[in-house]
Amino acid sequence: MTPLRTVSGRAIPLPMSNVDTDMIIPGRWLKKITRTGLGAGAFEELRAARATPFDDPAFRDAPMLIARDNFGCGSSREHAAWALLDLGIRIVIATSFSDIFAGNAFKNGIATVQLPAGDIEQLLDVAAQAPIGFDLPQQIITTPDGSAFGFDYDPFRKHCLMEGLDEIGITLSYGALIAAHEEQSAAWRRTAAIAPVDR
Amino acid sequence: MSQAPRTLYEKVWDAHVVHRLDDGTCILFIDRHLVHEVTSPQAFEGLRLAGRQVRRPDLTLAVPDHNLPTTPRRRADGSAIPIEDPESAAQVDALAANTAAFGIRHIGPADTEQGIVHVVGPEQGFTLPSTTLVCGDSHTATHGALGALAFGIGTSEVEHVLATQTLLLKPSRTMQVRVDGVLGFGVSAKDVALAIVGRIGAGGGAGHVIEYAGDVIRGASIEQRLTIANMSIEAGARAGMMAPDETTFAYLQGRPLAPRGVLWWEAVADWRRLASDPGARFDRTIALAAAEIAPNVTWGISPDDVVPITGCVPDPDALDAADARSRARRALDYMGLHPGQRMQDVAIEHVFIGSCTNSRIEDLRAAAAVLNGRSKAPGVKQALVVPGSGLVKQQAEREGLDRIFVAAGFEWREPGCSACLGMNPDRIPAGERCASTSNRNFIGRQGPGARTHLLSPAMAAAAAVTGRLTDVRELIQGNDLV
Ligand code: SF4
Repeated sequence: MTPLRTVSGRAIPLPMSNVDTDMIIPGRWLKKITRTGLGAGAFEELRAARATPFDDPAFRDAPMLIARDNFGCGSSREHAAWALLDLGIRIVIATSFSDIFAGNAFKNGIATVQLPAGDIEQLLDVAAQAPIGFDLPQQIITTPDGSAFGFDYDPFRKHCLMEGLDEIGITLSYGALIAAHEEQSAAWRRTAAIAPVDR
Repeated sequence: MSQAPRTLYEKVWDAHVVHRLDDGTCILFIDRHLVHEVTSPQAFEGLRLAGRQVRRPDLTLAVPDHNLPTTPRRRADGSAIPIEDPESAAQVDALAANTAAFGIRHIGPADTEQGIVHVVGPEQGFTLPSTTLVCGDSHTATHGALGALAFGIGTSEVEHVLATQTLLLKPSRTMQVRVDGVLGFGVSAKDVALAIVGRIGAGGGAGHVIEYAGDVIRGASIEQRLTIANMSIEAGARAGMMAPDETTFAYLQGRPLAPRGVLWWEAVADWRRLASDPGARFDRTIALAAAEIAPNVTWGISPDDVVPITGCVPDPDALDAADARSRARRALDYMGLHPGQRMQDVAIEHVFIGSCTNSRIEDLRAAAAVLNGRSKAPGVKQALVVPGSGLVKQQAEREGLDRIFVAAGFEWREPGCSACLGMNPDRIPAGERCASTSNRNFIGRQGPGARTHLLSPAMAAAAAVTGRLTDVRELIQGNDLV
C-alpha cells in the first residue's frame, strides 16, 4: 500500500452521526468480486436524495472526510473502505468509529482520526470553506488559520501506515511461533472433524 | 501464586495469544474460520496475487448464503437451477472455484446442509466453546452463544486468517450485560435482544466484548441464546459471549463437526473451566430486569430505535441533543411515521420471517403457533418464511410447520439471507413497510426505500394476521409456544 504521512487538501464535511456502512456503500455493490470501481456507489442513496459535497467540483478528489460519532457502524463490509479509497479518501476524521470499520480502513491504508466533538464541529465549519492539513508523524490536523488539533494514534498502526507495510507479511515472519502454538493446543481444538478437500 | 480472577473473554483470549508485540498488539490464533461468498472473493484474489497458500484449510468451512435466490434450487430431475442474476452467480461460482483451488470444504448451494453461515456453524458443531471463530460478516457474534470468542472481520482480515490462521488484535474492554428475573408472557429472546440494544445504544458497546449473564440467559435454549448474541453488533460490541453450560454441551454432542469419543470428554472438561471467575472485573456492567421487557418493535432506522409494541412513535422535538433530534426527524421522514402515532396502528404490507437472528426451528415454531388456523390479512402483499438452513427446513417440514405457513398465506422458501439485506431477488419495494425478524432497519437495507420494523417471529406472525404491528399477547393463549 502507498505510505501515508502528510496530506493537505479538501475534507468532505458530513455532519452526521452513525454513518453506517450501508450508507457508505449500499448492499447491491457487495456483488463485485474485485476491489476497484466501488466509488461510483459510495453514498449513493444520500447523493440521490440531495446535493452533497461528493458531487461538488470543489471537493473533487478530496482526500479527507469528516463526520460525527460512530462512523462506519453496521455491517462489516470492507467494501466501505474500498469505496472511500476509490473516491480518493485516505483520511476519515470523526468523534468515534466502529471497531470493524477502523480495522478495515487501516488495512487499506486509510487513517481514522478520532477527535473530541468540539474539535469536530470546528473542523466541519472550516472544511466547508477551505482545505485542511493532516500530519501523521506529528499527529495533528491543521487549519489555514494556524490552529492545530492533536490526536492519538495507535503506534503499530501509525508505523504500518507511514511505511505502507502489509500485515500478512509481518505476521508470516512469526511463522515458527504460530506453528508452536498449533502444536501445544488441545487435540480437540486442533482438529475440526472436517477433512480438508483433496486438490 | 493464584491468578487474578478472569472473565470468560479473558480466558479465551489468553489461550489464543501466539505472541504479544511491543505495543500490545497480539497475534491471536484462530481456531475456526467460516467463509461465505460476499466477503471472500477479494481475499482469495489477494492470496493469489501474493502467491500465498491457505494455512489451515481443515479449520475453514465455506458456504454461500447472501446471494442465493430462495426459490427452488433443483429441477424435478435433480439438476441444479442456475442463478439468474449474473453478479450473484459470479460470487457463488467464485466461492466454489476458490474453495476447490485452495482445498477448503464447501457446502454447495443445493446441498441440504446449506444455510446462513451463522446458522450452519452451530448446527454442524463447527462452532465450539472456548474457540476463536471468525467470519467476514458482522453477525459472527452469534456464535458467542456457545461460548466461542466470535467476531466479524473484513475481507483483508479474511485474507490474513486464510494465509496465517491468526489475526493481529488488541484486547477489547469487557462489558457484562445481566438479564435477571423471569420474562413475561409473550416475550421472546428477540425482545430481550432489542431491549439490550435499545439500552446500550447502537454505538454504546464499541470497543467492548459483551458477556451475557443472569437468569434469562441461563434459562434460555441455545437457539434463544443465538438470537441474543446475534445482535451484539447492533449495540456496537465486537462480540457477545455466554458461558457454556450443560445446555450447551447437550446441544453440541453428536453434531457432525463436534469432537467425538475421548476428544469430546476432554473438550467438555476444558469447557467447564471457562465461566468467568467469581470476582472477575468488567469495565462496564449493565442490568436489565426481565419483567420490564415487553414485546418490542423498532420505529426508526437504527436497531436501537426501540419501543414496546404498546408504545408510540417518539417526538423528535422532545429529544435533548440537536443531533438526536435531526436524526429522529430523518428517521420519521424515511419511515413515513409521525410523532405520537401508536405503534399498533402502523399498517404493514410485508412480513419477513428469517435471517441469522430468527430462522432456526424454535423461531419457526413460535411463528407457526401464532399462525395456526389463521391467515394473513388482505393488506399484506407478501409474507416470506425463509428457514436458516436446509436442515431447519427439513425439520420444520417433518413437524408440519410448512403447511401452517402456507395455509396462512406465507411463501415457504429455500434457505439463505434473503430479504434481510436483499442481495438476492427478495426485496421490499420502495416506500413499503415490512415487519421483519432480521436485525437491521438501516435505510435501504431490505431494498432501496424499504421501511423495516424489527420484531420477534411471533410478533411478525401477529402482524401478518392483522395487517398492522400488533401485540402478539392479544392473539395467543397462555399455552401457546412463543
Ligand atoms: S441473515 Fe442478514 S445479518 Fe445474517 S448473515 Fe445474512 S445478511 Fe447478514
